[in-house]
Amino acid sequence: MSEQLFKVTIDNITVEVPAGTTILQAARQIGGDVTPPAMCFYTPLKGSGGKCRTCLVEVSKGSEKDPRPMPKLVASCRTTVMDGMEVKSVTSQRVLDARAGVVEFLLINHPLDCPICDQAGECHLQDLSYEHGKGGTRYEFQRRTFKKHDLGEFIQLHMTRCILCYRCVFTADQVTDKRAHGVLDRGDHAEIATYIEKNLANDFIGNVIDVCPVGALTDKTFRFKNRVWFTKPVNAHRDCDKCCGEVTLWMRGDEVFRVTARKDEWGEIKTSEKTGKTGWICNDCRFEKKKASDWTVEGLAPIARHSVIGQGKYPGLQRPSETIERVLDGRKPRLLMDIHTVSEVNKPGIELSEIKGPATGDVFKQ
Amino acid sequence: MQPLTNRAKNVDRRPMTLAERAYLPAILKGMGITFSHLFKKKPTIQYPEEKRPFSQVFRGLHVLNRDEEGRERCTACGLCAVACPAEAITMEAAERQEGEENLYREEKYAAKYEINMLRCIFCGLCEEACPKDAIYLSETFAPANYDRKGFIYGKNDLLIPNPLTDREAYEQAAGGRVRQPVGSR
Ligand code: SF4
Ligand code: SF4
Ligand code: SF4
Ligand code: FES
Repeated sequence: MSEQLFKVTIDNITVEVPAGTTILQAARQIGGDVTPPAMCFYTPLKGSGGKCRTCLVEVSKGSEKDPRPMPKLVASCRTTVMDGMEVKSVTSQRVLDARAGVVEFLLINHPLDCPICDQAGECHLQDLSYEHGKGGTRYEFQRRTFKKHDLGEFIQLHMTRCILCYRCVFTADQVTDKRAHGVLDRGDHAEIATYIEKNLANDFIGNVIDVCPVGALTDKTFRFKNRVWFTKPVNAHRDCDKCCGEVTLWMRGDEVFRVTARKDEWGEIKTSEKTGKTGWICNDCRFEKKKASDWTVEGLAPIARHSVIGQGKYPGLQRPSETIERVLDGRKPRLLMDIHTVSEVNKPGIELSEIKGPATGDVFKQ
Repeated sequence: MQPLTNRAKNVDRRPMTLAERAYLPAILKGMGITFSHLFKKKPTIQYPEEKRPFSQVFRGLHVLNRDEEGRERCTACGLCAVACPAEAITMEAAERQEGEENLYREEKYAAKYEINMLRCIFCGLCEEACPKDAIYLSETFAPANYDRKGFIYGKNDLLIPNPLTDREAYEQAAGGRVRQPVGSR
C-alpha cells in the first residue's frame, strides 16, 4: 500500500500527514498555540482519548470531496484527517468558548489545592485552566469527596483531584500484565479505585504516576519532600534488566528526590533510545534507586521555556574562577558565617531522600 | 558635539567680576539663609522618644499568620520562595499526622520555615504570592544585631502568637495588618 498523504489546514497552516493521522497529531506537527490541549489522549496508550473534550476543534471544511463543515465541534484526538480538511483551533471563538466551558466542568469538583499538591508546577490541569479557563467559578455547592483509598506504599491517590481521563486504567491494562484497579460507578460518583484496596503489586504500575495529567496519582516516596521547581531534573540511566533504565532524576544537591520516566514536550513518555519502545520504567528504578551512585548522569533534562521548573536552572552556566584563592596563594577566604550553624533548613544530617514516605514532624525534631 | 538633551548648559568660563571676587556678599547671603532656618519649623524627630507613624503600606518584618482557630496557615507551597527575588526564604515541609489537626490548617505544613533577613529586601512579593494568606509584612523593623547569625529568622521568630490562647499578643503582632480573608477556605 502506497503511503497516501493528506493535506490538512489548521489555523491557516497547511501540513501533509499520512492517512489515519488524527487532527491532534497533525496539529502537534505544527506545534505552538495551534495545538489543542489534551488531557486524556496519550499517544503510547491504545484506545486513550475521547474522554475529556479539552481538545475540541472546529472543522470548517470536511474534505476536498465533501466541503461541508462539521456541525459540531469535534474531539481532535479521535478524529482522523481527511484530504483538504480545514480546521480552526485558536482562530475560532466557538472553540475558545468551548474550552473555557470544559475547564469549568473539569474544575467543578476539583479541589484546586495546588499549594498542597505535589503535581503543581508540572500539572496539565493547571496549565489548561491558566491558558484556557476563566478567572472565577460559578459553582456554589459542596465539592465531591471520597473515602480515602490506600494504594500501597509507593503510590498516593487523591481521588478528589482525578479528572477521570482513564489513562491510568489503560496503563495498568496495557503496560502491566494484570490490572488491579479500574473505574467504579458512573457520573460524578465515578472513581479510580482498587478492588477492595488491593495493593497494586506489579513491576510497572508506577507508570500510572507519570501518565496522570493531574495530581491524583503521585509518588509517595517523593510526597511533600519538595516542590518540583526547587528540584533539578537531570537525565540519567542505569542497566536495568526489567526496563530501559532511561529516566529523569529530580535532584536537590546530591540527593535524588524523585525518579520519573523521560517525557517529551507534550508530557508523554518518550521512546527509549535503547529499546525503541515507549520508555516505561519499572518500580525498582522509580522507587528504590534513590542514590546518585545508582545512576549515570547525562546532564540537565530539557525544561520547557515557560515552565516554572526552569527557575534557578541555568544550562551552560559558566562559573567565573575564584580570584581570592588565586591571589591568596590557594588559601580559602574566611567564611563570615557558615549558614548551617544557624539554619534549621537543609540540615546536613537529615537526608530526605532516604525517608520512605513523606517527612513528618518527628523527622525534623531530632 | 551634539548635546544629549536640550537642557545642557555650557560652563561659564568668563573671569569673575569685581563683585564676585569680593566673596563677602555671597558669604553673607549664604549665612543669611542658614540663620533664617533657626526660625522655621523643625523637621527633626526626636527618635526614640518620638516615633513617626508607619505608612499603611509599610513593609517591615514578616509574620507567619494563623487562622481564627489558631492553626498555622502556611502549607509550605514554596510560592513565596519562588517569588522572592532575593532568594531569602527556605522551608521544609512535613505531612500532618493524626492528632495534629488543631496545629496545622492543611494536610502539609512547613516544619521548618526560614527567612534570611540579611538577604531580604522587604519587597513584599512573598506576601503577594502567598495563596494561603500565611505571610504578611508587618509594621516593625528587623532589630539591629551584633552578629549575622541573629538575622536568620526561623518559625519561632516569625509565627504570630496564637489568637485563642494569647489574644493580646496576637493583636499586637498583627498590628491591625493581618486581615482574615473573606470566605477563607
Ligand atoms: S491536580 Fe493540578 S490543578 Fe489540581 S490541585 Fe494538583 S496541581 Fe492543582
Ligand atoms: S519581602 Fe521580598 S525579599 Fe523579603 S522575603 Fe519577601 S519576597 Fe523575599
Ligand atoms: S507562606 Fe504562603 S506562599 Fe509561602 S510557603 Fe507558606 S503558604 Fe506558601
Ligand atoms: S484529549 Fe481529546 S478528548 Fe481528551
